[in-house]
Amino acid sequence: MDLRRRGFIQLTGAGLAASTLGAIGFGSSGDALAAAVRPFKLTATKETRNTCTYCAVACGILVYSAGDRAKNARSNIIHIEGDPDHPVNRGTLCPKGSALLDVVHAPTRLKQPKYRAPGSSEFKVVSWDFALERIARLMKQDRDANFVARTAAGATVNRWLTTGMLAASASSTETSYLTWKVVRSMGMLVFDNQARV
Amino acid sequence: MTNTWQDIKNADVVLCMGDNAAEAHPCGFKWVIEAKIENQAKVIVVDPRFTRTASVADVYAPIRPGTDIAFLSGLIRFLLEKDAIQREYVRTYTNAGLIVREDFGFEEGLFTGYDEEHRSYDKTSWHYEVDEHGYAKVDDTWQHPRCVINLLRKHVDRYTPEMVSRICGTPQDKYLKICELIAGTAAPDKAMTNLFALGWTQHSVGSQNIRTMAMVQLLLGNIGISGGGMNALRGHSNIQGLTDVGLMSNLMPGYLTLPSDAETTFERYMRSRQYKPLRPGQTSYLQNYRKFFVSFQKAVYGDAAQADNDWAYDWLPKLDNDGYDILRAFEMMAKGKINGYICQGFNPLQSFPDRGKSRRALGKLKFLVVMDPLDTETSRFWQDFGPQNPSDPAQIQTEVFQLPTTCFAEEKGSLVNSARWMQWHWKAADGPGEARSDIWIMTGIFHRLREMYRKEGGAFPDPILNLTWNYTDPTAPDPEELAKDMNGYTFVDLKDESGAVVLHAGQLLDSFGQLRDDGTTSSGCWIYTGCYTEKGNQMARRDASDPREQGLAPNWAWAWPANRRIMYNRASADPAGKPWNPAKPLIQWNGSRWVGIDVPDYGLTTKPSDGVGPFINNTEGLGRLFALDLMAEGPFPEHYEPFESPVPNVLHPKVQSNPAARVFADDRAAFGTASDFPYVATTYRLTEHFHFWTKHARINAILQPEEFIEIGEVLAKEKGIEQGGWVRLTSKRGEVVCKAYVTKRIRPMTVNGGPTHVIGVPIHWGFTGQTRKGYGANTLTPSVGDANSETPEFKAFLVNVEKISPPVAEKAANV
Ligand code: SF4
Repeated sequence: MDLRRRGFIQLTGAGLAASTLGAIGFGSSGDALAAAVRPFKLTATKETRNTCTYCAVACGILVYSAGDRAKNARSNIIHIEGDPDHPVNRGTLCPKGSALLDVVHAPTRLKQPKYRAPGSSEFKVVSWDFALERIARLMKQDRDANFVARTAAGATVNRWLTTGMLAASASSTETSYLTWKVVRSMGMLVFDNQARV
Repeated sequence: MTNTWQDIKNADVVLCMGDNAAEAHPCGFKWVIEAKIENQAKVIVVDPRFTRTASVADVYAPIRPGTDIAFLSGLIRFLLEKDAIQREYVRTYTNAGLIVREDFGFEEGLFTGYDEEHRSYDKTSWHYEVDEHGYAKVDDTWQHPRCVINLLRKHVDRYTPEMVSRICGTPQDKYLKICELIAGTAAPDKAMTNLFALGWTQHSVGSQNIRTMAMVQLLLGNIGISGGGMNALRGHSNIQGLTDVGLMSNLMPGYLTLPSDAETTFERYMRSRQYKPLRPGQTSYLQNYRKFFVSFQKAVYGDAAQADNDWAYDWLPKLDNDGYDILRAFEMMAKGKINGYICQGFNPLQSFPDRGKSRRALGKLKFLVVMDPLDTETSRFWQDFGPQNPSDPAQIQTEVFQLPTTCFAEEKGSLVNSARWMQWHWKAADGPGEARSDIWIMTGIFHRLREMYRKEGGAFPDPILNLTWNYTDPTAPDPEELAKDMNGYTFVDLKDESGAVVLHAGQLLDSFGQLRDDGTTSSGCWIYTGCYTEKGNQMARRDASDPREQGLAPNWAWAWPANRRIMYNRASADPAGKPWNPAKPLIQWNGSRWVGIDVPDYGLTTKPSDGVGPFINNTEGLGRLFALDLMAEGPFPEHYEPFESPVPNVLHPKVQSNPAARVFADDRAAFGTASDFPYVATTYRLTEHFHFWTKHARINAILQPEEFIEIGEVLAKEKGIEQGGWVRLTSKRGEVVCKAYVTKRIRPMTVNGGPTHVIGVPIHWGFTGQTRKGYGANTLTPSVGDANSETPEFKAFLVNVEKISPPVAEKAANV
């Protein structure tokens, strides 16, 4: 079936007319209605259970994506709605959760690593390798120069205070555990999350 | 939350104070409506604004921002005076009858032991009188003048209804009506729940706001029961999880704490964390601290953590102060003492107080790494966006990395909701372009750094080189493997009392009760043990059945600890083990063990006659009306004015604001006074908004396209401000130019005999995203935090407002 924009409008137009006729008593229009009804747009999608990314009510959501997850297909999220089975939200979503699709596909989603050099007035696209290598190098330089193994009094303290980190409050618990391991193994103490703001 | 979202339906009274759940947590708030309709609950809202939550309240009362302690202390006075407390609960489950040391006292706004120079207390006197065994002395008859309840009575005596009204601006009749409604829940079968959020935490007395309410709930017997509790609604989807896993300066996973400089050896560290019961026979999970700690070190350092190196104790960084919280970090940054900073899904330029200071501080960094799905203001702090972000990039030497990450729909893992449920979610699609998961990025940085240390050596590489990394795909560990790590394993066969093997070596643990301190078990976060067992991923459970429809859904996902849904549920039954409210029991004693619809927060076979207190995390086993030395500014709450306040502290003018709050000199110099900034401002978010993310979503940006403030009709008239007219809002720290929304929902209050106007400043806007450019409320807010948690005082500060003609760009746009 041709479901480009034009065909889509024709179909929905027919559907509207047919149902109006049906409503005023032209019973035989039922057949026309059935023939004209547009395919339910979610039937060919894949349903994935997830959680709203915003507040800690943590409403259950159903994410629908097009694409069959075959090796060469790229899934595309086309619809998100509340999970009716969820014991807290029972299918409802608030104005934030209802618009989750728009944040997934926000025009300001970042797509490539970028780098801004000292004094520069612009970002430049760089490779992941460049970015991660350079970050690791900067961190090592700073850690080697400023790591405090012992206090003046001789106590072992093994801390690094000149580089800090803020951790994400919408990332998974598993991400946060891995982040903890990495950050503390370096001796970092300037470390916080978004519990307060 | 001590309880669950659905459990709110069991309440007889719902007190919303310090939150606006109808707008900020709408899908949770429906349980308040359920309580109203199905349980005839009364809803009380106390808020400076008439919010949408207020619009469905049975009673609404206005309050001046920053005066909740005065309101609630008055409520305590009312309850004690009318004897509207649940006496048996208070006598047996709280420290009301414990006797306080003779040298403890309170005078002119200060408790004993104040050190003005360091703005802190010597808390020695904030303690019980103890007998020769070290146990606290008790007078169950409450005759002793220094037993807690009598000291409390004396402490709150100053908070008369007249005084409350004078400080808070709340009309007395409204206030007394609320006191009476609340007092009704002292009956053993009645429950009040309290919902609160950032409206309580974002004050220089934030922690004490919450404590005062917890005291009210203890006096009413409302903690541990169905429909009761202290329910922090929490903001971000996984802020509970990040805090549980210890992503805070001083924390380790499971609320273990990092050592301090003075704890030079593992034994000294353990000695200061040793559990010393303050009542005979009292037990606590914390008796097992050593098991939790050793199992954690085994999870993180594996074979490198052994008994003979004290389980790699020295590899943990040691703290030389209370912690490097965000306010301290940005103070250090502003002084050039921090060189590198990594922001993972976090936008401090819009989130932290005093935005001008934040911008200056970021500009002193050598490098800034931002990992985010969105184009944040922080990652562009160096760029010139006109008045909303003036900057000269040529002058800023910071190297900036903007790394694209996947978002919630593009990853799997668990999030912990406010009710401590760990809910698993699944990946629906790949991220756009070259976006990668936070796990992949953190791993990428770590592996490169570890290689550099391996090849080149450098400062103390041992913990980096020995960090466990036994993941199937070492470049991007699978979240399921990380979850199993947190749950923990046994390295030996575990046997029960009869000698039968319950778990084989290498299997996943079932509960934290199985953890050992001899290195034969591991657990990356002991409170999560049980979340991923040999039976599978418990967090992925989806059975929504709910015994007696009481709002627990115990087989949906998994709640820490031990899948318990209501904290302190031992207190839901009387001392003999019979439920206080037979219609809504949680657990009860059946003669040989505790049984019920929830997992008991108590020893399963601990007899009621053993006299073990129900609050088993506390050393006396009791709910605390007197906080001992756990709070920075005192064992009882006291009203202190916000650091920027329109009036003197009428209780003790010499001690105006929280005497134990840390204030940096430059921040203090940036406080304004009422003579220049006569109006009280408070920040909040709108129902379409989630912090600074939703402005990137088109629908939300259409719904709330531009920055505005809310101002009452009386003040608007006084200042000649029209509906939708342009205004300039200023504080000592900066200005915001935007439109004014003139509303009936904010009215002037009479405080200390004079009128006080409140101005509402919604947060949200900035200079990236889909909305019109905005400044952000944090351009105005002061950089000072709560004395205990360092949560910034966003909810009460001083501003001035004036009518202006539209900015030039706006005029042009309207032609
Ligand atoms: S849909 Fe609304 S209430 Fe539910 S989690 Fe998302 S933001 Fe919170």
